Amino acid sequence: MASIQESFKNVMDWVDDRLPVTETYEKHMSKYYAPKNFNFWYYFGIFAFVVLINQLLTGVWLTMSYNPTGEGAFASVEYIMRDVEYGWMLRYMHSTGASAFFVVIYLHMFRGLMYGSYQKPRELIWLFGMLIYVALMAEGFFGYLLPWGNMSFWGAQVIVSLASAIPFVGEDIAVWVRGDFNMSGVTLNRFFALHVVLVPLVLLVLVVLHILALHEVGSNNPDGVDIKKHVDEDGKPLDGIPFHPFYTIGHDLPGTVIFLFIFCAVMFFYPDGGGYLIEHPNYEPADPLKTPELIAPVWYYTPFYSMLRAATFPLFGLDAKLWGLIVMAGAIAIPFVLPWLDKSPVKSIRYKGMGSKIFLALFVISFFILGYLGTVHPTPNKTLLAQVCTAIYFGYFLLMPWYTSVEKTKPVPERVTMK
Amino acid sequence: MKRIYLAPALLLTGLLLPGMAAASEAGFPLAEMEPDIHDQASLQRGARTYLNYCMGCHSLKYQRYLRTATDLGIPEDLMLEHMIFDENVRIGDLMENSITVENAKIWFGAAPPDLTLYTQLKGGPQYLYTYLQSFYEDKSRPFGVNNMLFENVGMPHVMADLQGQQRKVCKQIPEVAENGGEMMDPLTGEYITEEICGDELIHRGYSPLELVEGSGSLTPEEYDQVIYDLSNFLYYVGEPSRLERERIGVYVLMFLAFFFIFAYLLGREYSKEFH
Repeated sequence: MASIQESFKNVMDWVDDRLPVTETYEKHMSKYYAPKNFNFWYYFGIFAFVVLINQLLTGVWLTMSYNPTGEGAFASVEYIMRDVEYGWMLRYMHSTGASAFFVVIYLHMFRGLMYGSYQKPRELIWLFGMLIYVALMAEGFFGYLLPWGNMSFWGAQVIVSLASAIPFVGEDIAVWVRGDFNMSGVTLNRFFALHVVLVPLVLLVLVVLHILALHEVGSNNPDGVDIKKHVDEDGKPLDGIPFHPFYTIGHDLPGTVIFLFIFCAVMFFYPDGGGYLIEHPNYEPADPLKTPELIAPVWYYTPFYSMLRAATFPLFGLDAKLWGLIVMAGAIAIPFVLPWLDKSPVKSIRYKGMGSKIFLALFVISFFILGYLGTVHPTPNKTLLAQVCTAIYFGYFLLMPWYTSVEKTKPVPERVTMK
Repeated sequence: MKRIYLAPALLLTGLLLPGMAAASEAGFPLAEMEPDIHDQASLQRGARTYLNYCMGCHSLKYQRYLRTATDLGIPEDLMLEHMIFDENVRIGDLMENSITVENAKIWFGAAPPDLTLYTQLKGGPQYLYTYLQSFYEDKSRPFGVNNMLFENVGMPHVMADLQGQQRKVCKQIPEVAENGGEMMDPLTGEYITEEICGDELIHRGYSPLELVEGSGSLTPEEYDQVIYDLSNFLYYVGEPSRLERERIGVYVLMFLAFFFIFAYLLGREYSKEFH
């Protein structure tokens, strides 16, 4: 026994002299001190990681049987569903995983909003996170075209043609993106390349940067207090515990099992989610002559789609379609500057004033309403509601410098609390 | 803190809400139909009907004969003998047919769609089931029939010899009183009826169609069984892995529930050290 341990140590010493394996492991795992008061909301980062791995692995196996051509794509997906051993399972893991990714990312972002995880000194973590979110939206968009169903086709058609709203160069940009004058096999082929090579690479790099930036400054916590202020004689934070094994096994393992339970329940018994995870018109091959009755993006884009449609009138000499594009792009872009909009002296919603609480609640409600409105036909009343909700969405960000500086905050405790 | 847990719950409910639109585009209500892919006899009867009545025009080009035979418990030799009519077709082939798009367009005005994924496209087999019930006589149409669910449909009523002819009629139905009840003659106790036609009948919950008695070789109940089996079969074809998926799913969930006990107990041991 002793000799095995000794030879292992020798091997590790040899490696460590050449590559900082042990040092890296300690820095990021066994000696990374995370606040001990993490709650329910701190699961979603690890869930996102689990889903990312799921998407990468199932994606690789799906590409083995998928045919990225206009002629063969639709049939190859059905080939995977019927003739490839457990192909249906791979595909449903991937399609359910896409929706699950957005569920956990939205909840992860909400945690950040709630506990001020974007505030100084964590601005870069937030920026990398936002870039991940945008890359994920691109990844989902490109991937959604690949089954080459009718909704894939028309969804991509609507979004790509948005570019044509840009004055002067818009139409050229749309042609450049499609590689054709209309959506075609050329478009499908390049979206495939982007979906399986470029965007995943970008995503992986961003995830590494997100975690490196996090481990540099340390994790925030539900109280928003800095655990590095109180350390013991060895310099370890008194309110911190090593990430591994206490969080990995003590907290994340049971949590992940519950997450997988919910994930598998959906994947095995409700894979198309009643038409929300896999939309019904997508069971028909892409047909440029047959527009689906209602073109609705998958649920995770619908809040932004609603905001796009909410712009119904020209303003300042720009037409409504361009405004829609500006509003939608603005809605995705504005969270990037969040760290500089929050003027509050405290981080966590627990100690912020009434203004922050009301605005956060309104923001969440309007985001849900916008999400719903994006799945249904617009009517004059619904458009009005979407306009109000769009105003609230932007209000949450644009009014933040005001309401976070005038509201009365509660005193923040010195040490973390365990409620 | 508790209130904040509401958000993911809401998000999940939003996700799991089934598509609730049960009516067709024309507003004709869909009949109730609960598919049962465990009923092999029904699926076998449905396959027989499909191959005899539908397959000539509607291919199942993503599904293979062998897969169908295996899943439906039909021995290969019986499948070859009774279900495959073209001697050049092998048991492992896709269930294609020989109608060409060009011919179909001339004959029917449009190519008959492949039906492999039709029930998935329509969000369930109910649409198909209702559609097959809803043909009626219409002399203005090339094939003499129209469909309540699919106005000016190009398809003839292929199973007319089984079902018989249906006609769009006006019906005597009880008048509705102001209080919402059906009006009765206070002396005789009989319903006071009025003649209602067309869409108004549908709104009142009556079928505007009436079967010409004795025009079909099957009774209405027998015909319903035939189209139930057929819709059930196409529901199976829409996703043949459904049976296996649900079977494996139960084991996966059971394993995860079992594994959670150990994951939780192990996790608790670690948590004790810092709490």
